[in-house]
This record gives sequence, C-alpha cells and structure tokens, in this order.
Amino acid sequence: MESVKLRNQQKIEKRMIPDLNIGQFIDFAKKSIDSSLRCLLFFGVKEKDNVRVYLAMSDDSNSIIHLSSVLFEKGSNKYESLTNYHPSFNMFERELYEDFGILPENHPFLKCVRYPHERHDKSNIIHDYPFYDINSEEVHQVAVGPVHAGVIEPGHFRFLCAGEKILHLEIQLGYQHRGIERMMERGSIFRKMQTAESIAGDTVIGHGYAYVQLMESLLGFDATNETLLERAVALEMERIAVHVGDIGAIANDVAYMIGNAVSGANRTYVINTMLAICGSRFGRGFLNVCRNNFRIDSEKRELIRKNLRMVRENMELLCEEMFDSPSVLSRLENTGIVTVKQAQECGFTGMAARASGLKIDSRADHPFGAYKKYPVHTLTLDTGDVFARAYLRYIEIQQSMNYIDEILTLFKDETEKRENTKLNIPENVFALSIVEGWRGETVHAAVTDEEGNVRYKIKDPSFTNWFALALSVRGNGISDFPLCNKSFNLSYCGNDL
Amino acid sequence: MHIIISIFMILTVPFLFAGLINVVKSYWAGRMGPSLFQPFYDFIKLLKKSEAIGRRTTEIFSLGPVIYLSSVLTAVLFVPFGFNRSLFSFSGDFIFFAYIMAMGNFFMILSAMDTGSSFEGMGASREAVFSLFIEPALFIILASFIYLSGKTSISSMISALNFTNSYTIVASILAILAFFIMILSEGKRVPVDDPNTHLELTMIHEVMVLDHSGASLAFVNYATYLKMTIFNALISSVIFIESGIFYSIAGFLAVNVLSAFLVGTLESTLARFRMSHIPQFLLLLIGIAIFIISSVLMGRQRGI
Repeated sequence: MESVKLRNQQKIEKRMIPDLNIGQFIDFAKKSIDSSLRCLLFFGVKEKDNVRVYLAMSDDSNSIIHLSSVLFEKGSNKYESLTNYHPSFNMFERELYEDFGILPENHPFLKCVRYPHERHDKSNIIHDYPFYDINSEEVHQVAVGPVHAGVIEPGHFRFLCAGEKILHLEIQLGYQHRGIERMMERGSIFRKMQTAESIAGDTVIGHGYAYVQLMESLLGFDATNETLLERAVALEMERIAVHVGDIGAIANDVAYMIGNAVSGANRTYVINTMLAICGSRFGRGFLNVCRNNFRIDSEKRELIRKNLRMVRENMELLCEEMFDSPSVLSRLENTGIVTVKQAQECGFTGMAARASGLKIDSRADHPFGAYKKYPVHTLTLDTGDVFARAYLRYIEIQQSMNYIDEILTLFKDETEKRENTKLNIPENVFALSIVEGWRGETVHAAVTDEEGNVRYKIKDPSFTNWFALALSVRGNGISDFPLCNKSFNLSYCGNDL
Repeated sequence: MHIIISIFMILTVPFLFAGLINVVKSYWAGRMGPSLFQPFYDFIKLLKKSEAIGRRTTEIFSLGPVIYLSSVLTAVLFVPFGFNRSLFSFSGDFIFFAYIMAMGNFFMILSAMDTGSSFEGMGASREAVFSLFIEPALFIILASFIYLSGKTSISSMISALNFTNSYTIVASILAILAFFIMILSEGKRVPVDDPNTHLELTMIHEVMVLDHSGASLAFVNYATYLKMTIFNALISSVIFIESGIFYSIAGFLAVNVLSAFLVGTLESTLARFRMSHIPQFLLLLIGIAIFIISSVLMGRQRGI
C-alpha cells in the first residue's frame, strides 16, 4: 500500500495515509509519474523537530488523488531530487528546501522561491543572489523591476539578450510575501474568510471558494444545492470579468486601441453586476463558510442575464473583428510558444496549459460543487502561442456565459433551513480542495494534529506557471515580452503568498 | 508678413495637430477624450516643473533635448511651413535640412545613452536603426524633385513642380504617400511605435525620454510634434505651393486636419507591428522612393 486514494473535497484520517520510507516514497513518486499522474501538491508539515512531507498525485482521468507521506527526521533531511526525473517537481522541491531545509540532492537549479521570513536558511538573502549569467561580449543583461512602469505587482525579471532576442529569462519573485499560509493557520473560520479572499486580488472567488470548500469538508458540512449554484455563478462571473479584461490588456499591448476600449467597458459591466449581487465589484464578501452571505434572487438573476447578454454581443463583435485583423494576428501568432511537451513536463495547469493542448480543467477532472451535477467540457487549443491564450479566453468567456445561462434556470428560490453546525475542526485529518479559478487549478489543503495545530497549504496556479512565461519568451524579441507576460497574466502575490 | 504667419504656424500648429490626433482617437474609442489644446497645456505645465536629473548623467543628458528642439526648429525654417515660401533658403539647403534633423536625433540618442539605463540603450539602438531607413528615401525623393525642377533649395524645387504631365503627378502622389509614412515613423506613431504604451521594453521613442522631465520633456514633445508637421508641410506644399497665399495657408491647415484624422484612425484600428517587421515597413519607403525616381527619369527620357 503505497498511497491512499481520495477525491476532491474529501477529508481523511491521518492514520490512513501510508508512512513510507524515503526509498519507497521516491519510488511512489516515480511510479506515479510513469503512469501519467500529475504532481498536485508536494509540501511539508512540521511535526515537532521532524518534517512530514506529503505528496499528492492527481489522476485526472479517474478524478482520484493519490496521497502518500514520508517523515524526514532531524539530521536526515536529504533525498535524491525528483526534478531530474520529472521537471514538474522543480518548484515544489525548491519551496520545500527553502521552508524546511530538506535538500533535494542534484537539483539542477536550487534557488529560493520567495525568501520568506520563516525560511530555513536566514543567511540566504535576495541582495546577493547570483543571477544566471552568460560570459560573453555580445550577450547583455536587461534587468526589469521589481518596480515596473505600469500599475502592476513587484517582481524582478532578468533577461539575457543577444541584441533584441531573448536567450534566457530568470524570474525572481517574493516581494509580495505576506505569510498568508501562517495567517490561515489560526483565528476564527469566518475571520479567515477575508484572508482567503486576499490571497490573490484578482482571484477573490477562486481562492475564497477553495477555502470555503476546504472548511466545509473539514466540518463535514454539505452546502445546499442552491448555495453551490450561486458559487458556480460567482466563479464563472469572475472568469468572464478577468478574461474580458485580459483580452483588452493583450489588445493594449499590441496597441490595438479599439480592443482595449471595448473590453475595458465590458469588463465594467461584468464587475458592476457582481457589485449589484454582493456589494463588491470583485466579489469580496460574497462567499462564506456553510452558506453564502448573499443570495442570487430572481431579480438579480434577471440582471445577470441582461448584462451578460449585452457583454456577449459586444465581445463577439469585438473578437470577431480583432481575431480577424491581420495586424493583430501578426503580433499574436507564433509569439511566446509553450509546447504541449513543455507544459506536460513542467506541470503547468489551467488556462495556460489548455492553450498548449493539455487537457487540464479541475471543473471536469475533479468536479466540485455545482460542476458535479452540471459538468463542463474542457476546452483546449493546441498552438500554445499568445494567440491561443487570447482566443482560449474568448471561447471560455462564451462557455462560461452559456453555463451561467443554463444554471440560472435551475434556481428554485427555496428558503434555506438553517441548522446549527458545530464549528469544530477535527483532529488528525488531511483535507484537500481544488477549485478551477479563472487562472487555473487553485488547491488548498489542510493538515491538523491532536493539539489543534493546522498546517494550511495554498497552491495558486501561478506557482507552477511562472516558469511557462520564462520558457515562452526564449527566442522571442524582448519587445514581445510584455505581450507574453500579459497573455499569462500570472499572479505575483498568489505565488509569494 | 509671411515671417509672422510662418512663425505663428510653427508655434501653434504642432500642438493642435497632436491634440487633434488624440481627439480622433478618443472619438474611435467612444471616449470623451482630452481637449484639443491638451498638448499645449501639457507643454506649459512641463515648462513650469522642475527637472529631475540622474546623478550619473553628464551635461549631454540635459543638452540633448535642447539640441534636438533647436535642430528641428532650424530645419523647419527651410520648409514652406503654412506659407508658399520657406523662411530661409539657399541652394543645396535640402542637405542641410536632412542632416540638421539627423543631428538632433543623434544628440537625443546620446542623451538617452548617457543615463546608462539598459532600457534607454535599447530605445536608442532601435531609434538609430529605424532612422537609417528614412534617410535614403528622403534623399531619393528630394533628388528626383531636383531632377524635375533643376533647383536645389527645398522651397524652390517644390514650387518648380508643375502638374502638366502624368509623370510628375505620379511622382507627387507617391511622394505624398512617402511623406505620410515618414510622419508615422519620425513621429513614432502606430504601427512603428506606440506613443501611449507604458511598457518600457517595447518602446522606441518614449523609452529614450524616460528619464527626461520638466522643460526637457516639454522640448522633446514639442520637437516631435513639430517634426510630424514638417512632413505635413512638405505634403501641402507639393499640392498647394502654386496656388496663392490664401490657398496655401488653407491647404496647409486642411492637410494637417486630414493627416491627423488618418494617423488617429490608423492608431485606433491597427495593431502595432512586431519589432522585427518594422524594418520591412520602413523599407517600403525606399521602394516608393525608387518608384518616384524611376517615374521622373522615364518622364525625362520621353522629353516631357
């Protein structure tokens, strides 16, 4: 018994999780990779002086997650790096090394992820970090950030360029580290709701939903059908709003002004609809554990329908024009290509992976909430360039609008029976929650012990996908970097936590 | 009289032209948009502001914008600007005209490189490469005008153009097209450059002036607007120089309005070209110039 099987939204007793030794653990990881499982989470939990490392491998075709664990005792914190076997472990191993000092031997590029305050090796600081360099007269370095020209988050980008051509990009993040995982470990369940919504400012519903779902599975609470439908509406609304905004931002980066103007106006319609629903344009305060703070009644449903219909008409007009315009296409096509092989090997998830042809969508792979009863179809494109990522946004907007239209008819306006639920987090359990936010797979996991300590682990899709940006710009002109960056639109604070 | 009118035009038209482009762009975007006089207000505002000068820069940094503006201001004196005669002219002044503009560019490039920033270095190298493509085209066009007219000052060579034969007409129409492309390229507009971008990695002209502020920035902006209107002036003088004073002034203003409309519309409906495709676009200029000179030569051969 190498691993235990569980599903999305499921909690299991900790004693059910196999306790392997290091050799078996590595074997389990390699065997899972060989049977084309995907690394979902790989993180450590402090157990007194020792560290227990959990590995969750996702079997997308069967909607099953294989979970296993290994204990690294103090002093024996070394193992043979898995990154060499499969690069998708890269970020996880680096994070594990940074947080707990568990050394993956022969790791090809063991640099720090975010230099947090609670890192293992305090002498390792960002000021003297040696950036990857090429000794050459012709190759020059361009350093961008952490302070950028636009109104965006801080992150440092170091380019190695030969003239206008990018040879290599190194991304150094961590400027936004707030210790969110620590903050999620104590305090009242309802208080932490606000913290969860702030994990990434553009994925309020995505992270909020993942938190709510995790808490409900820990409490053993089943939300009503109506509540789940409302959450799905909110999640899809967020997807529509951000995708519309991103199409505008991509248009802006290629100086296609009409695209930017139309998308900007239509994004406002979508987020203002959210404002009418819950009082916040980004959906803050809409979700809550056990039941949502706001109901979507028939009046609001009519408003959503009306506004989305208008946005849909406008966006269809715009996108048919924009994705047909030779000048736009010449900028988008064949720019910033991520191949399906790269996406698969490096473990990219979400929209960026789907644009490369990788079929990953947790709404379909690990269905949750309303998606269990009313499934969605995974949309993929296969060119993996900026065009694919922009066009995928367009078809996902249409898909989300269809989905909302469909589930809005399912509301029955039932008056909710309020039951008193005990808000006791059980001891010695492991629970996992996956939500497909607009950016991709958002994973929250919690491990509790008998003393009531909680270890809260968050994985934003940006955490793995930042490397996709670094890969995509290789061989492209440096002037196309902002365009590639915008086509991924990754989160800095979702990565930095 | 003609000095006063010309100077008045030089001081006002560039701002109105830049303002009009923005008005057209906001019209296409469905926005209210800034006032027509906004570039002028910005100019005044920037003149009042103090300058931030990097500690690692030398005198070249502050000198660049001054030389840039004065070189463009000198160049404009040799073009019939809103009038059917230029303020100054001497035989062979077209070479002076071209190289005084190039000198301004050169000092802007130096001043950008003086900051030592990798962005500005990148912008400077792009600017240097793209201005390379303009020069041969400008010279071929002016040379064909010289060949047609037998005169070597800009003002007189254009006034000697007569639209009596089809070869001259073809040459003039092509020249107008070439001058319009030069507006886009020298003014750093879409599809060559994006004046509104905030992305330092894709900018050409904007990144060069990233460190300039206050009066320096005001000078650079004014000089760039003025440069665009110089090409408008060339277009209008090709068409209207033979007509009387009233028509040449009205024609000049009309050409400015039309060209602002075209530039604004292009910027609204066209995406910017990929950096590696910009040279191809600019090479079009040389292609047009070669067509111009061949039509002129053909006309000569037939004895027209």
